[in-house]
Amino acid sequence: MTNRTDPAQIFREESAELLAELESTLLRLEARPGDRDLLDTAFRALHTIKGSGAMFGFDAAAAFTHHLESAFDRMRTGALAPNSVLIGVALAAKDHIRALIETPALADPAEGERLLALVAAQTAGPPPAPAPVPECIAETTAETAAPSDPDRRTWRVRFRLAPDAMERGTNPLLLLDELRSLGDATIRAVTDAVPPLEELDPSRCVLAWDVTLTTAQPLSTIQDVFIFVMDDTDLTIDAVNDEAPATAPPSDIDAAAPQPTAHAEIDPGPTPSPATPVAAAPAPPIAAESGGRNAANANSASSIRVPAQRLDDLMDQVGELVIAQARLKQLIGASTDLQVKSVAEEIERLSNGLRDITMGIRMVPIGSLFGRFRRLVRDLSQELGKDVALTMSGEDTELDKTMIERLNDPLVHIIRNSLDHGLETADQRTAGGKAPQGHIHLSARHAGTQVLITIRDDGRGLDRDRIRAKAEEQELIQAGAKLSDAELFQLIFHPGFSTARTLTSLSGRGVGMDVVKRTIDALRGTIDITSTPNQGTEITLGLPLTLAIIDGLLVRVGRGRYVIPLFAVEECVELPPTAEGRQAGRNFLNIRGALVPFIRLRESFAVSHPPDAYPKVVIISTGDRRVGLVVDQVLGDHQTVIKSMSKLHADVANFSGATILGDGSVALILDIGQLVAAGQAAGQAAGPAPEPQRAAS
Amino acid sequence: MAKTILSVDDSASMRQMVKLTLSSAGYQVVEAADGRDALAKAKAGTFNMVLTDLNMPNMDGLSLIRELRGLSAYRGVPIVFLTTESDAGKKNEAKAAGATAWIVKPFQQDQLLGVVRKVIGP
Repeated sequence: MTNRTDPAQIFREESAELLAELESTLLRLEARPGDRDLLDTAFRALHTIKGSGAMFGFDAAAAFTHHLESAFDRMRTGALAPNSVLIGVALAAKDHIRALIETPALADPAEGERLLALVAAQTAGPPPAPAPVPECIAETTAETAAPSDPDRRTWRVRFRLAPDAMERGTNPLLLLDELRSLGDATIRAVTDAVPPLEELDPSRCVLAWDVTLTTAQPLSTIQDVFIFVMDDTDLTIDAVNDEAPATAPPSDIDAAAPQPTAHAEIDPGPTPSPATPVAAAPAPPIAAESGGRNAANANSASSIRVPAQRLDDLMDQVGELVIAQARLKQLIGASTDLQVKSVAEEIERLSNGLRDITMGIRMVPIGSLFGRFRRLVRDLSQELGKDVALTMSGEDTELDKTMIERLNDPLVHIIRNSLDHGLETADQRTAGGKAPQGHIHLSARHAGTQVLITIRDDGRGLDRDRIRAKAEEQELIQAGAKLSDAELFQLIFHPGFSTARTLTSLSGRGVGMDVVKRTIDALRGTIDITSTPNQGTEITLGLPLTLAIIDGLLVRVGRGRYVIPLFAVEECVELPPTAEGRQAGRNFLNIRGALVPFIRLRESFAVSHPPDAYPKVVIISTGDRRVGLVVDQVLGDHQTVIKSMSKLHADVANFSGATILGDGSVALILDIGQLVAAGQAAGQAAGPAPEPQRAAS
Repeated sequence: MAKTILSVDDSASMRQMVKLTLSSAGYQVVEAADGRDALAKAKAGTFNMVLTDLNMPNMDGLSLIRELRGLSAYRGVPIVFLTTESDAGKKNEAKAAGATAWIVKPFQQDQLLGVVRKVIGP
């Protein structure tokens, strides 16, 4: 038995079989020289002997067989006509091959030369080329050669595999591993060609890589990493420093230039960056020039008077545009078309800009309104015989023009009230130890999305006892109810409420402050009052910046969607399961120690749709009074263009308007003032602490 | 789990040499004598890599590569071919058929190992 595990021995046995097969094939070929199958068989036998022979050290046999194989290959492919002489030579050559393999020592080199000459004569081509130099895998050659190069160099290797490289069995990770094994590699994936997830085919290779490699290995070793993918790969290997330009591919322009920017951290050489100082130097003159131009523009700026109606029409159109844009955004969310998406984003940016500019056009400094009150204060103070000075600040605070016009009446009422009830006569003031001249201060300032207008006087302050007595008399509150100052002061806005002992021509008929309240409510504003006895009263109006558009919190109750004005929202919490089980009328939430009544909007709106498992509570507030609204779901923040309700629906409680959502459906805007009042009323009915009772107007 | 390689060659000595080299490096080797045999074995089992000769009876290496790439299970499986031809024509044909890499005969054992490691890792 021969040793079955020794490939050389197996090759000897194998070649004996192959040569026997070759002999019989050649003999049959003599009879049928043109038989293609026989030629193939003969060729394959020679091919295997050559290939395997070279593998197992039978170099002479392999080299000799190579020439015979070439001749048969040419016959097989039709380049050479099969002829009996050549087949005869092949038979003799077969014997020689056998000798070379089995008894190489006895094989006669001269016989080999003779046979090769005969083959060459028959093929009539150029003398046979020497057997090909065995082509070694460059990798191993390079690895053995590598240590001769002691210099470590930094290379920038950028490559993008063919898209189907992974389908054809190439594993990019192994390539990266191999690069990493050569030295210190910083590998960065280039993801710019990665498509959206929907279009991503995981079997395609869409990444490219940018590798910074510091290695002692020569360029050829790095190139050898890519030996099997070289033809289909977009590969550039650049020297990062100046020291190795000679080995860089001459075709690549980048290769000769240093790469100062991205590789500063690994580049051993100095990396001068001339761009910075050059760019810095000319900058100041440019800035100065443009600054001068701006100044000239500002000087020539002028204003154009346009009818207010045109501005209103413009605002309407922009409002519609904002709605249409919201719909587009919602539609595009489901699309995967990148081009359409980018256009939609551009439109969003433009419409937002247009909206802001349009709102800006409508903005008017509040000073134009404040100015009117100088005359009012002067006339009133003379009529009442009081010495009053009016001061103001923040006159340049801008507010929507429509808003400013509608603020006129409430401000007139408040100022009249201050002059009439708040401020004392000079004598009274002197007696009270104050300066004889009374003082009213108007101020305006921005606070978030609101404008705060404050009317402050230094009069006697609100009379708590009289307000309480009057409220009890009118049965607005229960006798002895405990009220906070803010709650007490809100009572003065109640219709028909007046504490004035005597009616004057100016105030005291109980209509003024009621008007103030209703107007400010209609503007979605808030009123806060603080008052200190004998020191004065301060009334602060909080107003939204614009009438047409509000930021809202979109919520869902049942199937309906509602908008809660964002300025009123304090926080969103989950409704605790313990609160869920309680009976209606005992609805209080503990918010950090404070009891806040809440309203189930599902009940208020008579929703029959099944509730969500985890209802949310949106805590809203006006002033310092808070109410929770239980909703099914908080959908998120939503910029809302307000559409007023038709006359038919204007009296429907709890809603202040409507808006059109992105999908074209209508959402109602909740009336915060009414809901807070209703919530407080409900809270008072069952709550542990009495709350002021207010009718929902 | 050792990686499994399907070695396809009509030359038993070559198969033996490949098997000795790769199994001593920790790979598992399954042999096939020609393309037809290899295709049947490839369909019956799963392999991490196919190493095939090109010139074989009964279905040559090129046809085997094309057949394998037509099977969904063998999309992405590295296919390395052995060739004695150093001419680009044969190489390009095999690459166009979907081959991943190639080894030119004659080669040393460590060269074979080098290519296998390069293609499927250790």
